[in-house]
Amino acid sequence: MSPTPVLRLHNITKRFGSLVANDAISFDVREGEVVALLGENGAGKTTLMNILFGHYVADEGTVEAFGKVLPAGDPNAALAAGIGMVHQHFTLADNMTVLENVALGTQSLWAPRLDRKEASSRIRALAQGFGLVVDPDATIGRLTVGERQRVEILKALYRDARILILDEPTAVLTPGEAEALFRTLKLLVAKGLSILFISHKMHEVTAISDRVLVLRGGKLVGERKTNETDSRAMAALMVGGEIASPKVEAVQRGSVRFALSQVSARPPAGVPLNNLTLELHGGEIAGLAGVSGNGQATLAALMAGTIAPSSGTIAVDGREARSWTPRAALGAGIGRVPEDRHAVGSIGDMTVAENVISERYRTRRFSRFGFLDWTAARRFAEELVRDYDVKCPSPDARIRLLSGGNMQKLILGRALDGDPPVILANQPTRGLDVGAVAYVHSRLLQARKRGAAILLISEDLEEILALSDRVYVMSKGRLSSPSARGERSVSELGELMAGRSEDALHAA
Amino acid sequence: MEAFEILLQTSFWVAAIRIASPLIFATMGELICERAGVLNLGIEGIMVAGAFAGWVTVYGGGDLWTGVVVAALVGAAFGLLHATLTVPLGLSQHVVGIGITLFATSLTYFTYRLVLPQVSSPPKIEPFTPLPIPSLSEIPLVGQALFAQTPLTYLAYAVVAVTAWVLYRTPLGLAVRAAGENPSAVEAQGISVAAIRIGAVMVGSALMAIGGAFLTMSAFNSFFFEMVNGRGWIAIALVVFGSWRPGKALLGAVLFAAFDAFQIRLQQISGGIVPYQVFLMMPYILSIAALILVARRATYPKALMVPYQKGER
Repeated sequence: MSPTPVLRLHNITKRFGSLVANDAISFDVREGEVVALLGENGAGKTTLMNILFGHYVADEGTVEAFGKVLPAGDPNAALAAGIGMVHQHFTLADNMTVLENVALGTQSLWAPRLDRKEASSRIRALAQGFGLVVDPDATIGRLTVGERQRVEILKALYRDARILILDEPTAVLTPGEAEALFRTLKLLVAKGLSILFISHKMHEVTAISDRVLVLRGGKLVGERKTNETDSRAMAALMVGGEIASPKVEAVQRGSVRFALSQVSARPPAGVPLNNLTLELHGGEIAGLAGVSGNGQATLAALMAGTIAPSSGTIAVDGREARSWTPRAALGAGIGRVPEDRHAVGSIGDMTVAENVISERYRTRRFSRFGFLDWTAARRFAEELVRDYDVKCPSPDARIRLLSGGNMQKLILGRALDGDPPVILANQPTRGLDVGAVAYVHSRLLQARKRGAAILLISEDLEEILALSDRVYVMSKGRLSSPSARGERSVSELGELMAGRSEDALHAA
Repeated sequence: MEAFEILLQTSFWVAAIRIASPLIFATMGELICERAGVLNLGIEGIMVAGAFAGWVTVYGGGDLWTGVVVAALVGAAFGLLHATLTVPLGLSQHVVGIGITLFATSLTYFTYRLVLPQVSSPPKIEPFTPLPIPSLSEIPLVGQALFAQTPLTYLAYAVVAVTAWVLYRTPLGLAVRAAGENPSAVEAQGISVAAIRIGAVMVGSALMAIGGAFLTMSAFNSFFFEMVNGRGWIAIALVVFGSWRPGKALLGAVLFAAFDAFQIRLQQISGGIVPYQVFLMMPYILSIAALILVARRATYPKALMVPYQKGER
């Protein structure tokens, strides 16, 4: 490995008010090296990247690329210096073609016409050279997520990037697509590019990087050679202490508490479901794996009562529901943790107390003769804050001021209140830090222990495998047969997630 | 069937294209703004201001083309005001747009009174005159309609062609379309989203003002209150009707104008049995029907009305 540093960060400090997002961070990336930047949400990874790329101006410190200091706050300078960035949220215009997206900004804005021929032949050459197959004339909106990411990488390569920064690149990929991405990255490194890989997933970091940098609370707290450390040590460094992995105790499988039989649903937008049958047993966590956009949202909406089935029946604890509305679902005893805690799970500008009673304000507990009982509401909020260890100044604080983890704990508390027999946990830990994730998991396992039937929907296969007694895979609106703990390997599940049929899987 | 005979009259099609011309300018102007991600509800007021600016320039002794340029500059100035409030400051595009319409309209009327304090009937100017294009204008039916118009109408044709070319064939157009779809794509490629959006709103507003100027300089020959009469709002509907594409929007403008020309002629032959207001309503009812049929599944620019802040995702 060549020792020349191609990218050097020196003493970068960035403050937002009293918060120090980056505290005197210095490191370098050498030619042909893959450096992983590991850290929890809020550790300062995104801020650092935004500084690197010129979106933010650092309060102190400099960024050097190939020995030259980059002017602060100028994305053009970063691009010109050969820094390419693949954002977590793709920066692609969906209504334009691959070629148009790649060529955007590479030709003079005052040119009388776009040189498509030149762009097209260069894209084809790059695509072949790096195994990034895409049709230059395809519209972005019609591509799969994996293909879109290839376009993002092509965009950087088209601009002769020598340093590639990838921000949580696998968050949206299937395991198969992630494998393909890693192969591409290895090819890039072989051709002399350097890569800065930002992630909070340990196994990826181990798989791809040469060196790991760990960020915590805005500070660089550790630097290790990947082959000289292990996941446990890195996790401990990232969190600042040991995190106990959830202990899944053996629990007696109970009776069927929630059943969908031959249910079809046509949501106004989204993936329709046809003749779906699903039984959730008490004392069990059923995990639903799948790439988002394959019908999980429809199933969740169905379970939460926000859409009604067009045919088929829903039964909770053996009682068939006659009409299915959000109120019916709540009344039947379904605890709901929605996928998006900001858009669906809470009303940002209303108070903590108002939010925690929002599913139950009609009951005698919180209202009398049409008037709300604020004392009871505040008392309930205080109980949740205490029982769920929520950091929150008062029941009258607006809920949007809470961090994601604290907000999620409140939502979880609201859903679990009264020990519902059935729990829908849709992406319950998305975007949470390791500590909050462990807490949410322990609460779900507690509910399992007392006999609740839980459906855990997650895009994080590791989470599914760690908690679930049975795993289902959803693809294109269809549900696979369940597999018991450990029955199917990660790669088999990945194949199912990518849409291969179970028969094909058995034949192989 | 007198009603159908109207469709075969040359004078009907000549009128249709004349009525369409200001709508074409305004629709292209709005389309450019929206393609960059900014809804410009200032259009109605900007057209009023443009109508007055062009007219008063000529009334004060300037020549006709100077009037057009002045109108465009006034439009661009209002565009800059709109863009300053909505792009870097990220204020509500609805509120700012309506504010600009009220402000531009009132300022124009006020200025009119300052310039002409004593006048009861507005003075006329010498307008653009039809300039038939040799041989092209001799094609039966369409020749007179398309090629025996005033130079401003020809300019409208050119504006559509240039808008379509720039949007779809040039690097600049790529940046404008990307700014309306996903501004972070523009930022990531090192282009300033704010510059693209401000520029688009200024150019678009200049075109709206020329559309207004057409009314005073190529149609009515003088300026009076309420003369724009909702044409700006129609242009906004035409952009949707055209699915944000210049060619389809042009078609929409001509179609609407044809309805309008048609209803005027229907009024004349109906002989007063049907109240004339019914006919006045017709183009609007038909355009709502057309919107329902055509634009229900329109794919609008995804970042339309979404303010963009640097570094935010």
